[in-house]
Amino acid sequence: MNAVTRIGNLPPQVRLRFPPFSTTGLAGTSFKHEHLQVIVGQEKHEGFFEVHAENYMGAGGPPHRALEQIRTDHPVSIHGVCMSIGGQEPLDAVHLERFRALVARYEPALVSEHLAWSTHESTYFNDLLPLPYTEATLARVAEHIDHVQATIGRPILLENPSTYIGFTESTMSETDFLRALARRSGCGLLLDINNVFVSATNHDFSAVDYLAEFPMSHVGEIHLAGHAEQTDDEGDPLLIDSHDRKVADLVWALFDSVVARRGPVPTLVEWDSSIPEWPILRAEAEAAQVILDAHAPDIRRSGDAGR
Amino acid sequence: MQAADLFGRHPETTPAYPAVLASGLTNPEYETPAGIVGPNGKSAVKRYNVYRNNVTVSLIDALAAIFPATQRITGVEFFRAMARFYVRATPPHSPLLFEYGRKFPDFVERYEYARPMPYLADTARIDRAWLDAYHAADELPLAAQNLALVPPESMADVVFVAHPATRVVRSKFPALSIFAANRGEGPVERIETFVPEDTLITRPDQHVIVRRLPPGGAEFLTLLLMGQSLGDAAARARETSPDFDLARNVAGMIEAGVFASFRAGGPP
Repeated sequence: MNAVTRIGNLPPQVRLRFPPFSTTGLAGTSFKHEHLQVIVGQEKHEGFFEVHAENYMGAGGPPHRALEQIRTDHPVSIHGVCMSIGGQEPLDAVHLERFRALVARYEPALVSEHLAWSTHESTYFNDLLPLPYTEATLARVAEHIDHVQATIGRPILLENPSTYIGFTESTMSETDFLRALARRSGCGLLLDINNVFVSATNHDFSAVDYLAEFPMSHVGEIHLAGHAEQTDDEGDPLLIDSHDRKVADLVWALFDSVVARRGPVPTLVEWDSSIPEWPILRAEAEAAQVILDAHAPDIRRSGDAGR
Repeated sequence: MQAADLFGRHPETTPAYPAVLASGLTNPEYETPAGIVGPNGKSAVKRYNVYRNNVTVSLIDALAAIFPATQRITGVEFFRAMARFYVRATPPHSPLLFEYGRKFPDFVERYEYARPMPYLADTARIDRAWLDAYHAADELPLAAQNLALVPPESMADVVFVAHPATRVVRSKFPALSIFAANRGEGPVERIETFVPEDTLITRPDQHVIVRRLPPGGAEFLTLLLMGQSLGDAAARARETSPDFDLARNVAGMIEAGVFASFRAGGPP
Protein backbone atom coordinates (compact mmCIF):
# COMPACT_ATOMS: atom_id res chain seq x y z
CA MET A 1 0.00 0.00 0.00
CA ASN A 2 1.27 3.38 -0.88
CA ALA A 3 -1.19 5.64 0.88
CA VAL A 4 -0.42 9.32 0.89
CA THR A 5 -0.66 10.91 4.27
CA ARG A 6 -0.74 14.67 4.60
CA ILE A 7 0.41 15.60 8.04
CA GLY A 8 0.29 19.13 9.33
CA ASN A 9 -1.38 21.36 11.82
CA LEU A 10 -4.93 22.54 11.24
CA PRO A 11 -4.92 25.94 9.58
CA PRO A 12 -6.30 28.72 11.79
CA GLN A 13 -9.25 29.35 9.49
CA VAL A 14 -11.75 29.71 12.30
CA ARG A 15 -13.56 32.98 11.81
CA LEU A 16 -14.47 35.07 14.80
CA ARG A 17 -18.08 36.04 15.37
CA PHE A 18 -18.67 39.66 16.24
CA PRO A 19 -21.34 41.46 18.29
CA PRO A 20 -23.93 43.45 16.29
CA PHE A 21 -22.88 46.91 17.47
CA SER A 22 -24.80 49.95 16.26
CA THR A 23 -23.36 53.33 15.27
CA THR A 24 -26.57 55.22 15.98
CA GLY A 25 -25.81 58.72 17.17
CA LEU A 26 -22.11 57.98 17.51
CA ALA A 27 -18.98 59.80 16.44
CA GLY A 28 -15.99 57.81 15.22
CA THR A 29 -12.52 58.09 13.78
CA SER A 30 -10.36 56.53 11.12
CA PHE A 31 -8.64 53.45 12.54
CA LYS A 32 -4.85 53.56 12.27
CA HIS A 33 -2.70 50.63 13.39
CA GLU A 34 -0.32 52.90 15.29
CA HIS A 35 -3.23 53.70 17.63
CA LEU A 36 -4.28 50.10 18.27
CA GLN A 37 -2.42 49.50 21.54
CA VAL A 38 -3.50 52.74 23.16
CA ILE A 39 -7.13 52.24 22.04
CA VAL A 40 -7.16 48.72 23.43
CA GLY A 41 -5.45 49.90 26.62
CA GLN A 42 -7.77 52.79 27.42
CA GLU A 43 -10.63 52.31 29.81
CA LYS A 44 -13.63 52.84 27.59
CA HIS A 45 -14.12 54.39 24.20
CA GLU A 46 -17.61 54.51 22.79
CA GLY A 47 -16.83 55.65 19.28
CA PHE A 48 -16.84 53.66 16.08
CA PHE A 49 -13.92 53.08 13.73
CA GLU A 50 -13.72 53.28 9.97
CA VAL A 51 -11.21 51.40 7.85
CA HIS A 52 -10.35 51.55 4.17
CA ALA A 53 -11.53 48.24 2.76
CA GLU A 54 -8.48 47.71 0.54
CA ASN A 55 -6.06 47.67 3.49
CA TYR A 56 -7.74 44.48 4.72
CA MET A 57 -7.85 42.60 1.43
CA GLY A 58 -4.62 40.72 2.01
CA ALA A 59 -4.94 36.98 2.65
CA GLY A 60 -3.93 37.18 6.32
CA GLY A 61 -1.45 38.58 8.77
CA PRO A 62 -1.37 41.45 11.26
CA PRO A 63 -3.92 43.74 9.51
CA HIS A 64 -6.65 41.16 10.08
CA ARG A 65 -5.58 40.62 13.69
CA ALA A 66 -5.81 44.37 14.29
CA LEU A 67 -9.24 44.69 12.69
CA GLU A 68 -10.53 41.63 14.56
CA GLN A 69 -9.38 43.20 17.80
CA ILE A 70 -11.08 46.53 17.07
CA ARG A 71 -14.24 44.89 15.72
CA THR A 72 -14.60 42.78 18.88
CA ASP A 73 -15.17 45.86 21.03
CA HIS A 74 -16.43 48.57 18.65
CA PRO A 75 -18.75 49.17 15.71
CA VAL A 76 -16.81 49.29 12.47
CA SER A 77 -17.47 51.04 9.18
CA ILE A 78 -15.93 49.63 6.00
CA HIS A 79 -15.14 52.40 3.54
CA GLY A 80 -14.19 51.33 0.02
CA VAL A 81 -11.82 53.63 -1.80
CA CYS A 82 -11.26 52.06 -5.20
CA MET A 83 -14.33 50.28 -6.55
CA SER A 84 -14.35 52.82 -9.41
CA ILE A 85 -18.14 53.09 -9.20
CA GLY A 86 -17.98 56.36 -11.14
CA GLY A 87 -16.12 54.79 -14.05
CA GLN A 88 -17.51 53.63 -17.37
CA GLU A 89 -16.00 50.18 -17.43
CA PRO A 90 -17.74 47.25 -15.75
CA LEU A 91 -16.74 46.82 -12.11
CA ASP A 92 -13.72 44.62 -11.41
CA ALA A 93 -15.34 41.29 -10.49
CA VAL A 94 -12.30 40.12 -8.54
CA HIS A 95 -12.22 43.29 -6.49
CA LEU A 96 -15.96 43.17 -5.90
CA GLU A 97 -15.67 39.61 -4.61
CA ARG A 98 -12.92 40.67 -2.22
CA PHE A 99 -15.19 43.47 -1.02
CA ARG A 100 -18.09 41.05 -0.52
CA ALA A 101 -15.91 38.66 1.45
CA LEU A 102 -14.62 41.46 3.68
CA VAL A 103 -18.13 42.70 4.47
CA ALA A 104 -19.28 39.14 5.18
CA ARG A 105 -16.30 38.50 7.47
CA TYR A 106 -16.43 41.65 9.58
CA GLU A 107 -20.19 42.40 9.52
CA PRO A 108 -19.64 46.18 9.66
CA ALA A 109 -22.32 48.55 10.90
CA LEU A 110 -21.75 50.77 7.84
CA VAL A 111 -20.51 50.11 4.30
CA SER A 112 -19.63 52.94 1.94
CA GLU A 113 -17.94 53.83 -1.34
CA HIS A 114 -17.25 56.95 -3.41
CA LEU A 115 -18.87 58.75 -6.31
CA ALA A 116 -15.57 58.67 -8.19
CA TRP A 117 -13.40 56.45 -10.35
CA SER A 118 -9.82 55.31 -10.01
CA THR A 119 -9.20 52.62 -12.65
CA HIS A 120 -9.14 53.06 -16.41
CA GLU A 121 -8.08 50.37 -18.90
CA SER A 122 -6.62 48.37 -15.99
CA THR A 123 -4.38 51.17 -14.74
CA TYR A 124 -5.10 52.01 -11.11
CA PHE A 125 -4.50 55.71 -10.42
CA ASN A 126 -4.88 55.64 -6.63
CA ASP A 127 -6.96 58.81 -6.56
CA LEU A 128 -10.66 59.63 -6.44
CA LEU A 129 -11.20 61.03 -9.92
CA PRO A 130 -14.31 63.01 -10.86
CA LEU A 131 -16.99 62.37 -13.48
CA PRO A 132 -19.38 64.60 -15.42
CA TYR A 133 -22.99 64.57 -14.26
CA THR A 134 -25.21 63.57 -17.20
CA GLU A 135 -28.12 61.19 -17.86
CA ALA A 136 -25.63 58.71 -19.34
CA THR A 137 -23.28 58.72 -16.34
CA LEU A 138 -26.26 58.59 -13.98
CA ALA A 139 -27.51 55.40 -15.62
CA ARG A 140 -24.04 53.84 -15.55
CA VAL A 141 -23.30 54.70 -11.93
CA ALA A 142 -26.74 53.47 -10.84
CA GLU A 143 -25.99 50.13 -12.55
CA HIS A 144 -22.68 49.91 -10.72
CA ILE A 145 -24.30 50.60 -7.35
CA ASP A 146 -26.95 47.94 -8.09
CA HIS A 147 -24.15 45.52 -8.89
CA VAL A 148 -22.32 46.22 -5.63
CA GLN A 149 -25.46 46.06 -3.50
CA ALA A 150 -26.69 42.86 -5.12
CA THR A 151 -23.28 41.27 -4.56
CA ILE A 152 -22.82 42.19 -0.92
CA GLY A 153 -26.51 41.78 -0.08
CA ARG A 154 -26.99 45.16 1.58
CA PRO A 155 -27.24 48.83 0.61
CA ILE A 156 -24.17 51.02 0.58
CA LEU A 157 -23.65 54.67 1.41
CA LEU A 158 -22.24 56.70 -1.49
CA GLU A 159 -19.96 59.63 -0.70
CA ASN A 160 -20.07 63.02 -2.42
CA PRO A 161 -16.62 63.85 -3.82
CA SER A 162 -14.25 66.75 -3.34
CA THR A 163 -13.28 67.99 -6.80
CA TYR A 164 -10.88 70.44 -8.38
CA ILE A 165 -12.25 70.59 -11.93
CA GLY A 166 -15.62 70.73 -13.66
CA PHE A 167 -16.73 69.20 -16.97
CA THR A 168 -18.26 71.21 -19.80
CA GLU A 169 -20.48 68.22 -20.60
CA SER A 170 -22.20 68.13 -17.16
CA THR A 171 -25.93 68.77 -17.39
CA MET A 172 -27.06 68.40 -13.79
CA SER A 173 -25.95 69.47 -10.35
CA GLU A 174 -24.15 67.13 -8.00
CA THR A 175 -27.03 67.22 -5.51
CA ASP A 176 -29.56 66.31 -8.22
CA PHE A 177 -27.24 63.56 -9.40
CA LEU A 178 -26.91 62.09 -5.90
CA ARG A 179 -30.65 62.38 -5.25
CA ALA A 180 -31.42 60.50 -8.48
CA LEU A 181 -28.84 57.82 -7.64
CA ALA A 182 -30.32 57.27 -4.20
CA ARG A 183 -33.82 56.98 -5.66
CA ARG A 184 -32.83 54.64 -8.48
CA SER A 185 -30.50 52.33 -6.59
CA GLY A 186 -31.82 52.55 -3.05
CA CYS A 187 -28.36 53.44 -1.79
CA GLY A 188 -27.88 55.80 1.11
CA LEU A 189 -25.54 58.78 1.06
CA LEU A 190 -22.41 59.55 3.00
CA LEU A 191 -22.31 63.32 3.30
CA ASP A 192 -18.71 64.49 3.52
CA ILE A 193 -19.02 68.05 4.76
CA ASN A 194 -15.35 68.81 4.28
CA ASN A 195 -15.73 67.71 0.65
CA VAL A 196 -18.67 70.09 0.29
CA PHE A 197 -16.57 72.93 1.71
CA VAL A 198 -13.58 72.08 -0.50
CA SER A 199 -15.68 71.80 -3.67
CA ALA A 200 -17.67 74.95 -2.85
CA THR A 201 -14.46 76.95 -2.56
CA ASN A 202 -12.91 75.37 -5.63
CA HIS A 203 -16.00 75.84 -7.81
CA ASP A 204 -17.13 79.13 -6.35
CA PHE A 205 -20.53 78.07 -5.05
CA SER A 206 -22.14 78.37 -1.64
CA ALA A 207 -21.67 75.39 0.67
CA VAL A 208 -24.80 76.46 2.54
CA ASP A 209 -26.87 76.43 -0.67
CA TYR A 210 -25.42 73.04 -1.65
CA LEU A 211 -26.37 71.59 1.75
CA ALA A 212 -29.86 73.14 1.48
CA GLU A 213 -30.32 71.18 -1.77
CA PHE A 214 -28.72 67.98 -0.50
CA PRO A 215 -31.14 65.01 -0.24
CA MET A 216 -30.69 64.92 3.53
CA SER A 217 -33.20 62.13 4.20
CA HIS A 218 -30.84 59.66 2.46
CA VAL A 219 -27.83 60.57 4.60
CA GLY A 220 -26.67 57.62 6.71
CA GLU A 221 -23.22 58.87 7.70
CA ILE A 222 -21.28 62.14 7.82
CA HIS A 223 -17.57 62.62 7.24
CA LEU A 224 -15.45 65.45 8.61
CA ALA A 225 -11.77 66.01 7.82
CA GLY A 226 -9.10 68.66 7.50
CA HIS A 227 -8.04 70.29 4.23
CA ALA A 228 -5.00 72.15 2.92
CA GLU A 229 -4.98 75.38 0.96
CA GLN A 230 -3.23 76.08 -2.33
CA THR A 231 -4.00 78.61 -5.07
CA ASP A 232 -5.48 78.19 -8.53
CA ASP A 233 -4.14 79.68 -11.78
CA GLU A 234 -5.77 83.01 -10.95
CA GLY A 235 -4.28 83.14 -7.44
CA ASP A 236 -7.55 82.33 -5.66
CA PRO A 237 -7.79 79.66 -2.96
CA LEU A 238 -7.83 76.07 -4.18
CA LEU A 239 -8.55 73.69 -1.32
CA ILE A 240 -7.06 70.20 -1.21
CA ASP A 241 -8.87 67.37 0.55
CA SER A 242 -5.76 66.32 2.46
CA HIS A 243 -7.08 64.56 5.62
CA ASP A 244 -3.87 65.62 7.39
CA ARG A 245 -5.03 68.08 10.06
CA LYS A 246 -7.89 69.13 12.32
CA VAL A 247 -11.35 69.90 10.98
CA ALA A 248 -11.68 73.57 9.98
CA ASP A 249 -13.91 75.88 12.04
CA LEU A 250 -16.20 76.64 9.10
CA VAL A 251 -16.68 72.91 8.49
CA TRP A 252 -17.68 72.45 12.16
CA ALA A 253 -20.25 75.21 11.71
CA LEU A 254 -21.70 73.52 8.62
CA PHE A 255 -21.74 70.21 10.51
CA ASP A 256 -23.73 71.78 13.35
CA SER A 257 -26.33 73.09 10.89
CA VAL A 258 -26.58 69.72 9.13
CA VAL A 259 -27.07 67.79 12.38
CA ALA A 260 -29.69 70.33 13.49
CA ARG A 261 -31.58 69.48 10.32
CA ARG A 262 -30.88 65.78 9.86
CA GLY A 263 -30.45 64.66 13.47
CA PRO A 264 -27.45 62.81 14.96
CA VAL A 265 -26.31 60.49 12.14
CA PRO A 266 -23.05 58.59 12.72
CA THR A 267 -20.19 60.99 12.11
CA LEU A 268 -16.61 60.11 11.33
CA VAL A 269 -13.50 62.26 11.63
CA GLU A 270 -11.07 61.14 8.93
CA TRP A 271 -7.32 61.54 9.35
CA ASP A 272 -5.17 59.66 6.83
CA SER A 273 -1.90 61.56 6.56
CA SER A 274 0.43 63.19 9.13
CA ILE A 275 -1.41 61.04 11.64
CA PRO A 276 -1.41 62.54 15.15
CA GLU A 277 -1.23 60.88 18.53
CA TRP A 278 -4.48 59.13 19.43
CA PRO A 279 -5.67 61.74 22.01
CA ILE A 280 -5.72 64.44 19.32
CA LEU A 281 -7.82 62.33 16.97
CA ARG A 282 -10.05 61.21 19.83
CA ALA A 283 -10.60 64.85 20.82
CA GLU A 284 -11.86 65.59 17.30
CA ALA A 285 -14.36 62.73 17.60
CA GLU A 286 -15.41 63.98 21.04
CA ALA A 287 -16.03 67.43 19.58
CA ALA A 288 -18.28 65.83 16.96
CA GLN A 289 -20.02 63.80 19.68
CA VAL A 290 -20.86 66.96 21.62
CA ILE A 291 -22.63 68.37 18.57
CA LEU A 292 -24.42 65.08 17.87
CA ASP A 293 -25.59 64.85 21.48
CA ALA A 294 -26.78 68.46 21.46
CA HIS A 295 -29.17 67.61 18.63
CA ALA A 296 -30.15 64.16 19.89
CA PRO A 297 -33.75 63.44 20.84
CA ASP A 298 -34.35 63.93 24.58
CA ILE A 299 -34.51 60.21 25.21
CA ARG A 300 -30.85 59.87 24.26
CA ARG A 301 -29.71 62.91 26.16
CA SER A 302 -31.36 61.82 29.41
CA GLY A 303 -30.47 58.17 29.27
CA ASP A 304 -28.36 55.99 27.09
CA ALA A 305 -30.19 54.68 24.05
CA GLY A 306 -28.35 51.70 22.69
CA ARG A 307 -24.79 52.93 22.73
CA MET B 1 -16.36 64.57 -38.32
CA GLN B 2 -17.13 60.88 -38.65
CA ALA B 3 -20.62 59.85 -39.77
CA ALA B 4 -23.14 59.05 -37.08
CA ASP B 5 -24.07 55.42 -36.51
CA LEU B 6 -27.63 54.02 -36.71
CA PHE B 7 -28.50 55.62 -33.38
CA GLY B 8 -27.23 59.05 -34.30
CA ARG B 9 -24.09 58.73 -32.13
CA HIS B 10 -20.66 59.96 -33.10
CA PRO B 11 -18.59 57.32 -31.39
CA GLU B 12 -15.16 58.64 -32.38
CA THR B 13 -15.72 62.33 -31.81
CA THR B 14 -15.81 62.53 -28.03
CA PRO B 15 -13.63 60.16 -26.06
CA ALA B 16 -15.25 59.30 -22.76
CA TYR B 17 -14.24 61.25 -19.64
CA PRO B 18 -12.01 58.54 -18.07
CA ALA B 19 -9.83 58.41 -21.20
CA VAL B 20 -9.73 62.21 -21.38
CA LEU B 21 -8.83 62.68 -17.75
CA ALA B 22 -6.44 59.73 -17.57
CA SER B 23 -4.39 60.87 -20.56
CA GLY B 24 -1.99 63.10 -18.68
CA LEU B 25 -2.20 61.75 -15.13
CA THR B 26 1.14 59.95 -15.28
CA ASN B 27 2.55 61.91 -18.20
CA PRO B 28 3.68 65.47 -17.45
CA GLU B 29 4.24 66.14 -21.17
CA TYR B 30 0.50 66.12 -21.86
CA GLU B 31 -1.43 69.36 -21.72
CA THR B 32 -4.54 69.88 -19.63
CA PRO B 33 -7.28 67.91 -21.43
CA ALA B 34 -10.07 69.72 -23.28
CA GLY B 35 -13.52 69.72 -21.70
CA ILE B 36 -12.39 70.20 -18.12
CA VAL B 37 -12.76 73.66 -16.63
CA GLY B 38 -12.63 75.84 -13.56
CA PRO B 39 -15.67 77.91 -12.52
CA ASN B 40 -16.65 81.09 -14.35
CA GLY B 41 -14.28 80.51 -17.24
CA LYS B 42 -11.25 80.00 -14.99
CA SER B 43 -8.29 77.96 -16.17
CA ALA B 44 -7.98 74.30 -15.21
CA VAL B 45 -4.19 73.92 -15.49
CA LYS B 46 -3.33 73.96 -11.77
CA ARG B 47 -6.62 72.22 -11.03
CA TYR B 48 -5.75 69.28 -13.27
CA ASN B 49 -2.25 69.28 -11.82
CA VAL B 50 -3.76 68.53 -8.39
CA TYR B 51 -4.85 65.16 -9.79
CA ARG B 52 -1.50 64.57 -11.51
CA ASN B 53 0.25 65.33 -8.26
CA ASN B 54 -2.10 63.15 -6.18
CA VAL B 55 -1.56 60.18 -8.48
CA THR B 56 2.23 60.40 -8.75
CA VAL B 57 2.97 61.41 -5.15
CA SER B 58 0.61 58.84 -3.64
CA LEU B 59 2.17 56.06 -5.72
CA ILE B 60 5.70 57.18 -4.80
CA ASP B 61 4.54 57.18 -1.16
CA ALA B 62 3.25 53.64 -1.68
CA LEU B 63 6.65 52.49 -2.97
CA ALA B 64 8.40 54.22 -0.06
CA ALA B 65 6.16 52.28 2.33
CA ILE B 66 6.84 48.99 0.54
CA PHE B 67 10.64 49.53 0.27
CA PRO B 68 11.70 51.22 3.55
CA ALA B 69 15.21 49.75 3.75
CA THR B 70 15.84 50.63 0.11
CA GLN B 71 14.79 54.22 0.75
CA ARG B 72 16.98 54.44 3.85
CA ILE B 73 20.03 53.32 1.87
CA THR B 74 19.52 55.78 -0.99
CA GLY B 75 18.11 58.66 1.01
CA VAL B 76 14.62 60.06 0.50
CA GLU B 77 15.41 62.40 -2.38
CA PHE B 78 17.22 59.76 -4.44
CA PHE B 79 14.52 57.19 -3.75
CA ARG B 80 11.66 59.47 -4.72
CA ALA B 81 13.35 60.48 -7.98
CA MET B 82 13.94 56.81 -8.82
CA ALA B 83 10.38 55.87 -7.79
CA ARG B 84 8.94 58.66 -9.95
CA PHE B 85 10.46 57.08 -13.08
CA TYR B 86 9.07 53.71 -12.07
CA VAL B 87 5.56 55.02 -11.30
CA ARG B 88 5.33 56.70 -14.69
CA ALA B 89 6.62 53.68 -16.59
CA THR B 90 4.86 51.01 -14.51
CA PRO B 91 1.69 52.27 -12.82
CA PRO B 92 -0.22 49.71 -10.74
CA HIS B 93 -2.81 47.40 -12.24
CA SER B 94 -4.36 46.37 -8.95
CA PRO B 95 -6.14 48.62 -6.46
CA LEU B 96 -4.34 46.70 -3.71
CA LEU B 97 -1.26 48.87 -3.31
CA PHE B 98 0.49 46.36 -1.05
CA GLU B 99 0.81 44.29 -4.24
CA TYR B 100 2.54 47.13 -6.09
CA GLY B 101 6.21 47.29 -7.00
CA ARG B 102 6.88 43.66 -7.92
CA LYS B 103 9.02 44.82 -10.84
CA PHE B 104 10.65 47.63 -8.87
CA PRO B 105 13.74 45.60 -7.82
CA ASP B 106 14.41 44.76 -11.50
CA PHE B 107 13.99 48.43 -12.33
CA VAL B 108 16.44 49.36 -9.56
CA GLU B 109 18.93 46.90 -11.03
CA ARG B 110 18.79 48.74 -14.39
CA TYR B 111 18.55 52.26 -12.93
CA GLU B 112 21.62 54.15 -14.09
CA TYR B 113 22.13 56.27 -11.00
CA ALA B 114 21.94 53.22 -8.72
CA ARG B 115 24.90 51.46 -10.37
CA PRO B 116 27.30 52.43 -7.56
CA MET B 117 24.99 50.41 -5.26
CA PRO B 118 24.87 46.98 -6.95
CA TYR B 119 23.37 45.42 -3.79
CA LEU B 120 20.39 47.80 -3.85
CA ALA B 121 18.11 45.63 -6.02
CA ASP B 122 18.55 42.60 -3.75
CA THR B 123 17.79 44.72 -0.70
CA ALA B 124 14.63 45.86 -2.48
CA ARG B 125 13.77 42.20 -3.13
CA ILE B 126 13.97 41.53 0.63
CA ASP B 127 11.76 44.57 1.31
CA ARG B 128 9.20 43.26 -1.21
CA ALA B 129 9.35 39.69 0.17
CA TRP B 130 8.92 41.05 3.71
CA LEU B 131 5.60 42.66 2.74
CA ASP B 132 4.44 39.50 0.94
CA ALA B 133 5.11 37.51 4.09
CA TYR B 134 3.29 40.14 6.18
CA HIS B 135 0.08 39.80 4.14
CA ALA B 136 0.32 36.04 3.46
CA ALA B 137 -2.49 33.72 4.51
CA ASP B 138 -2.61 32.66 8.15
CA GLU B 139 -1.52 29.11 8.57
CA LEU B 140 0.16 27.23 11.41
CA PRO B 141 3.66 26.10 10.45
CA LEU B 142 4.66 22.45 10.51
CA ALA B 143 5.76 21.36 13.98
CA ALA B 144 8.91 19.27 14.43
CA GLN B 145 7.03 16.57 16.34
CA ASN B 146 4.86 15.90 13.28
CA LEU B 147 7.95 15.19 11.18
CA ALA B 148 9.17 12.87 13.94
CA LEU B 149 6.22 10.57 13.12
CA VAL B 150 7.87 9.58 9.83
CA PRO B 151 9.79 6.29 10.04
CA PRO B 152 13.50 6.78 9.28
CA GLU B 153 13.37 4.62 6.13
CA SER B 154 10.67 6.90 4.64
CA MET B 155 12.34 10.19 5.51
CA ALA B 156 14.04 10.59 2.11
CA ASP B 157 10.62 10.43 0.40
CA VAL B 158 9.12 13.30 2.38
CA VAL B 159 7.80 16.16 0.21
CA PHE B 160 7.14 19.46 1.98
CA VAL B 161 4.39 22.01 1.35
CA ALA B 162 5.56 25.60 1.85
CA HIS B 163 3.97 27.90 4.39
CA PRO B 164 2.20 30.75 2.48
CA ALA B 165 4.61 33.36 3.89
CA THR B 166 7.87 31.64 2.93
CA ARG B 167 10.20 33.53 0.55
CA VAL B 168 13.87 33.10 -0.41
CA VAL B 169 16.03 35.93 -1.76
CA ARG B 170 19.46 34.94 -3.06
CA SER B 171 22.19 37.53 -3.44
CA LYS B 172 25.79 37.89 -4.58
CA PHE B 173 26.03 40.67 -1.98
CA PRO B 174 25.53 40.85 1.79
CA ALA B 175 21.97 41.94 1.04
CA LEU B 176 20.56 40.73 4.35
CA SER B 177 23.18 42.54 6.48
CA ILE B 178 22.52 45.70 4.48
CA PHE B 179 18.76 45.22 4.78
CA ALA B 180 18.94 44.56 8.53
CA ALA B 181 21.15 47.60 9.10
CA ASN B 182 18.74 49.86 7.23
CA ARG B 183 15.32 48.50 8.04
CA GLY B 184 15.00 49.99 11.51
CA GLU B 185 15.34 53.46 12.95
CA GLY B 186 18.62 52.88 14.78
CA PRO B 187 22.12 53.83 13.64
CA VAL B 188 23.38 52.08 10.51
CA GLU B 189 26.32 49.87 11.41
CA ARG B 190 29.20 49.29 9.07
CA ILE B 191 29.05 46.01 7.11
CA GLU B 192 32.42 44.44 7.86
CA THR B 193 32.43 41.31 5.71
CA PHE B 194 31.33 41.64 2.12
CA VAL B 195 30.13 38.10 1.38
CA PRO B 196 27.13 36.75 -0.55
CA GLU B 197 24.05 36.18 1.59
CA ASP B 198 20.90 34.15 0.98
CA THR B 199 17.87 35.37 2.92
CA LEU B 200 14.95 33.38 4.27
CA ILE B 201 11.73 35.29 5.01
CA THR B 202 8.97 33.59 7.03
CA ARG B 203 6.00 34.49 9.20
CA PRO B 204 5.18 31.53 11.42
CA ASP B 205 2.69 33.62 13.42
CA GLN B 206 2.16 37.40 13.30
CA HIS B 207 5.80 38.49 13.09
CA VAL B 208 7.84 38.46 9.92
CA ILE B 209 11.20 36.79 10.50
CA VAL B 210 14.20 37.47 8.28
CA ARG B 211 17.27 35.26 8.67
CA ARG B 212 20.32 34.13 6.76
CA LEU B 213 20.37 30.68 5.17
CA PRO B 214 23.43 28.48 5.89
CA PRO B 215 25.71 27.25 3.05
CA GLY B 216 23.76 25.18 0.53
CA GLY B 217 20.51 26.14 2.27
CA ALA B 218 19.10 28.21 -0.57
CA GLU B 219 19.67 25.48 -3.19
CA PHE B 220 18.20 22.90 -0.84
CA LEU B 221 15.16 24.94 0.11
CA THR B 222 14.46 26.08 -3.44
CA LEU B 223 14.34 22.45 -4.57
CA LEU B 224 12.07 21.49 -1.68
CA LEU B 225 9.73 24.35 -2.48
CA MET B 226 9.62 23.10 -6.08
CA GLY B 227 8.30 19.79 -4.78
CA GLN B 228 11.45 17.65 -4.79
CA SER B 229 11.73 15.01 -2.09
CA LEU B 230 13.93 15.54 0.94
CA GLY B 231 16.38 12.86 -0.27
CA ASP B 232 16.75 14.32 -3.78
CA ALA B 233 17.10 17.91 -2.55
CA ALA B 234 19.71 16.92 0.04
CA ALA B 235 21.75 15.03 -2.56
CA ARG B 236 21.77 18.07 -4.87
CA ALA B 237 22.67 20.41 -2.02
CA ARG B 238 25.63 18.21 -1.08
CA GLU B 239 26.86 18.33 -4.67
CA THR B 240 26.93 22.13 -4.72
CA SER B 241 28.00 22.68 -1.09
CA PRO B 242 30.26 19.94 0.31
CA ASP B 243 29.82 21.30 3.86
CA PHE B 244 26.00 21.14 3.59
CA ASP B 245 24.55 20.07 6.95
CA LEU B 246 21.20 18.34 6.38
CA ALA B 247 20.10 18.03 10.00
CA ARG B 248 20.93 21.65 10.78
CA ASN B 249 19.13 22.89 7.66
CA VAL B 250 15.93 20.92 8.25
CA ALA B 251 15.82 21.82 11.95
CA GLY B 252 16.43 25.51 11.20
CA MET B 253 13.76 25.62 8.50
CA ILE B 254 11.14 23.96 10.66
CA GLU B 255 11.96 26.29 13.51
CA ALA B 256 11.61 29.27 11.16
CA GLY B 257 8.19 28.07 10.00
CA VAL B 258 9.17 27.43 6.37
CA PHE B 259 6.71 24.57 5.86
CA ALA B 260 3.00 24.16 6.43
CA SER B 261 2.80 20.40 6.03
CA PHE B 262 4.37 17.44 4.27
CA ARG B 263 3.50 14.29 2.42
CA ALA B 264 5.11 10.98 3.22
CA GLY B 265 4.67 7.47 1.87
CA GLY B 266 5.58 7.90 -1.75
CA PRO B 267 4.45 9.97 -4.69
CA PRO B 268 0.79 11.04 -4.68
